[in-house]
Amino acid sequence: MGISARKIALDGIWGNNPIFRQVLGICSTLAVTNLVANTLVMCIGLIYTQAMSSVTTSLLRTITPYRLRIVTSTLIIAAYVIVLHNVLQAYLPEISTQLGPYVGLIITNCIILGRVEAFAGSNSPAASFLDGVASGLGYSFILLAIAIVREGLGFGTIMGYRLPFEFTHWTIMVMAPGAFFMLGIITWLCRWIDSRSQAAKAAKKK
Amino acid sequence: MDELSPLVIFIASVFTSNILLTNFLGMCSYLSVSRELKTAWGLGIAVSFVLTCTTAVNYWLYYYVLVPQGLEYLQYIAFIVVIAAFVQAVEMIVDRLSDRLYAALGIFLPLITVNCAILGGSLFMIIRKYDFIQSVMFGAGSGIGWALAIMALAGIRRKMSRRSAVIPALEGPGIVLIITGIIALGFIGFSGVVQIN
Repeated sequence: MGISARKIALDGIWGNNPIFRQVLGICSTLAVTNLVANTLVMCIGLIYTQAMSSVTTSLLRTITPYRLRIVTSTLIIAAYVIVLHNVLQAYLPEISTQLGPYVGLIITNCIILGRVEAFAGSNSPAASFLDGVASGLGYSFILLAIAIVREGLGFGTIMGYRLPFEFTHWTIMVMAPGAFFMLGIITWLCRWIDSRSQAAKAAKKK
Repeated sequence: MDELSPLVIFIASVFTSNILLTNFLGMCSYLSVSRELKTAWGLGIAVSFVLTCTTAVNYWLYYYVLVPQGLEYLQYIAFIVVIAAFVQAVEMIVDRLSDRLYAALGIFLPLITVNCAILGGSLFMIIRKYDFIQSVMFGAGSGIGWALAIMALAGIRRKMSRRSAVIPALEGPGIVLIITGIIALGFIGFSGVVQIN
């Protein structure tokens, strides 16, 4: 193992963040972020699926034929998503209906396949688990940031609780264009912070 | 759902409930393959074709195989296998039939398996309880709507790369998302025409 655990974790959350760096998994980012509660459920679901399928792929990596690896990982992911879907339907039926097809679409969420393909296929199960959780957290914090702004401005609530002041709600924020604008702005912001911190590092070295 | 005529579903899924701009499906390839108008066109055609056919196959599979056996919970695995197999088959057929078609579409086909619009189309069909004709029309409309959106974006991006300066941090995905937001605003204008949930 060449890479330290700390580096894997930091890379997943910031340096190689799945959303604003690699631009993966955008579909669900946009679709579920109009309510904070839904977003939270989605994030937990994604972290679970990512971690479990990374570990499984990593365990099977020596016996999977090279040509069949994508099919194998897709089936592994699909199996975990079915479990997730059934658990959600049993315990959180309301949120499950609201998320609709997007739980199932975790299967084609490119973050999961991307991490499984790029990392878990060539690393030990423990490292893959950590990488999976870190990528999931990187995804989650961006999603929660977007969701808080969208729900706050669009409905005037956070997690269903009313904000302490009254204002005219920006209905556009909970509709489709609001999602695109918010994600664009967040991507801009994160990349700007990132480029500034890198410029500062480069200046220090000189 | 019976009162919706297939034609209404078709028009609605192209414009008012565009699968990309209102349901956010197929974003990954939308963002990465929209630099050139020509490749956007190729991918758009490929997605429309695969989406139409897999919706039809999955409809049959779900209502005639999975439901009678009580295996609805296997829908995800069944659908993804159908999609992967179908894409593989199309790739092999296109490869045999015509070199030119393969050169134009072949490179996009592997991308399509993981395009969430395809799986999403099948899942929406089940959730909205469409019948067979409605499903096929919904699949075709969604595919065409997707192609329309990616071509619109590719055109704008080509114009933009020539004559505008974008702030470095906003370049790439940032500005594309904001443009998409504006396109989506435009498509909301259609929503008075027909409406499906």
